[in-house]
Amino acid sequence: MWQMLRKSLSVGVVTERPEAAPGSEAGPELAPLLKELDAKTRRILGRSLHIRHVDSGSCNGCDFEMNALLNPIYDLQRLGFDFVASPRHADLLMVTGPVTHNLRQAVLRTVDATPLPRLVMALGGCACDGGVTAGSYASCGGVDKVVPVDIYVPGCPPTPADIIRALLTALDRLPAEGRG
Amino acid sequence: MRGTVSAIPAAALPDRVRALAEGGARLVSMVGTDERLSEGFYNLRYVFRLPSGGVETLLLRLDPQDTTFPSVTPLLPAAQWYEREVQDLLGLTPLGHPDPRPLVLHEPWPRGYYPLRQDFVPPPQEALVPGEAAPLLPSPRVVGEGTIAIPVGPIHAGIIEPGHFRFGAVGENVLHLEARLFYTHRGLEKQAEGKDLDDGLVVAERICGACSVSHAVSYCQAVEEALGLTIPRRAAYLRTLYLELERLYNHVGDVGNVCAGVGFAFGVSGGSRLKEKLQRLNAGLTGHRFLRGAQAVGGVRKDLSEGELGLMQTVLAEVEAEFGELTEVLFANTSVMDRFATTGVLKPDHAHDLGVVGVAARASGLALDARADWPHAAYGDIPFTVVTEPAGDVLARVRVRVREVAESLAIARAAVIGLPSGPIRLTPAEVAAAALASRGAGEDQVGDGGGRGGDGPYRTGMGITESPRGENVHWVMLDPDGHIARLRVRSASFTNWPAVPLTVPGNIVPDFPLINKSFELCYSCLDR
Repeated sequence: MWQMLRKSLSVGVVTERPEAAPGSEAGPELAPLLKELDAKTRRILGRSLHIRHVDSGSCNGCDFEMNALLNPIYDLQRLGFDFVASPRHADLLMVTGPVTHNLRQAVLRTVDATPLPRLVMALGGCACDGGVTAGSYASCGGVDKVVPVDIYVPGCPPTPADIIRALLTALDRLPAEGRG
Repeated sequence: MRGTVSAIPAAALPDRVRALAEGGARLVSMVGTDERLSEGFYNLRYVFRLPSGGVETLLLRLDPQDTTFPSVTPLLPAAQWYEREVQDLLGLTPLGHPDPRPLVLHEPWPRGYYPLRQDFVPPPQEALVPGEAAPLLPSPRVVGEGTIAIPVGPIHAGIIEPGHFRFGAVGENVLHLEARLFYTHRGLEKQAEGKDLDDGLVVAERICGACSVSHAVSYCQAVEEALGLTIPRRAAYLRTLYLELERLYNHVGDVGNVCAGVGFAFGVSGGSRLKEKLQRLNAGLTGHRFLRGAQAVGGVRKDLSEGELGLMQTVLAEVEAEFGELTEVLFANTSVMDRFATTGVLKPDHAHDLGVVGVAARASGLALDARADWPHAAYGDIPFTVVTEPAGDVLARVRVRVREVAESLAIARAAVIGLPSGPIRLTPAEVAAAALASRGAGEDQVGDGGGRGGDGPYRTGMGITESPRGENVHWVMLDPDGHIARLRVRSASFTNWPAVPLTVPGNIVPDFPLINKSFELCYSCLDR
């Protein structure tokens, strides 16, 4: 226990601050994004956007990057975002993968189970337009072939910074959906 | 990696397979192809690794008029999924298979459409829309007083890949687990067909995010073998470095992630922080956090400068020190050890019978490691230890990863020291010339294996790497124009997934996420 405490104290807080100092691991691009995200979530959501992940047949690259947002470096939860266990608790669905035929029904049911107003994000090249699976016998060729998509996030996979940028876009969409 | 190929009549197959299995041979892959156009048959190639280290391929030619073949699964359980997959994708029926249910293509898929046949026409879209009442395939049920069925997935509560698990339980005690997979089947083997070598690489590299380098290198090696290309030594060393960088961020992240299975937050955040550090290193070295885009047929596309190698060594030294502290705390924590030890035991004979490879095999005492078994890249030059643990439980799989992190760091250091100067790849012109040279060259290749003896101008090759999860086998067939005629991918997850459900009965339901995380298999590698 002593060893664990000592390590925790010596590492300290590694989470990247919105006002990150130059030279921090965040790099110059991430700090302003985090700052903007922080301000927007406070203003628009009162600090809460709940996200449900739906893997519709991805290679797991997008999903690992999504997971990275929860590591202590990005720690997205501090800004009011959280990944929730059920679509019934979600405001936004992050869909990765091109929607395989084997998952089509599961995707449709998950969308149906998400209360309105909801946003659907197509995360990654496969979700946007099928990517390397475009034209395949086994996939639908993109999320919007199956359900309407609000935000497209290209990238193979999109980096955590790309996903944060996409969340900013999502927040811009919300007032128009009548959430205010 | 080439060996002998023997065409064998269907009636003789079971006896020959039995003799091979009893002699200690291991089924490495089974490849089904539709070669009706080029030579008039469907072909099944059973690729075995012999105890001597050699390769023996049994070639079974099936007349298009009789698309059945004898199942060898009753003799060799490792064959079970290969045969079911061939049934789904090529419409070839394994007679006597103990579990001939569809595997890869789920309910919406209409019967009678076989995607890997050359004359395949996709079914009409409307046929693929499942009704609300699409019947589930029958699956074994546990019945009796007090038994319950717990269905989970394919959409899970966490950020993980899709699979459907059905527990048969009494209270919390699991009696039986049925796993239904292949939800992320994207038809990538078919997608590769007809593509040129570079476009084929783009597909191969996207089979899995976390095993990108392993798939890319396996593919490149397979193509290079088919074309008879030898890559420059510097490229071999760089491939070794990239493969080890991939293993490092996976193993470090996986050790942290296993802690999530027991709610040990210190381990979760420590592991994910070090993983992030390693992925940022990946981005610094190659421009990609999963190291994509660094490989090429004929070598590598991204060299590493002295400065980049220095950066790499600095970061790896930091990770080594911090990972050491993390694992020391982990192994000293009695409540964590209590959950890890004796949980999810994979018995050595089960691992052997199912052909399990990689971390899972080594944690059950089987010394299988493609880096030693099929020395690829620069592994033949660099001494390292194949780490094994005898217990086969969650703890053993964690220990194997922890010890392999040390091995990987040592391999990376040795590769930097031994890194030869010189070119990093063959020129695209050299590769293109070799690809076209296959026109009419088939006759020269008779007898040197891989099944191309009778393949005319088609050439084949096999590439094997050790991914973070285990032996990853790509088999390619190139047409006379140097395009991909068939890509067969047998990942470590393909051989290891059938073993996971066997390790769960006797444990409690809440231990399943822990057991699953300790195997840390890819659904995408399996499903393709």
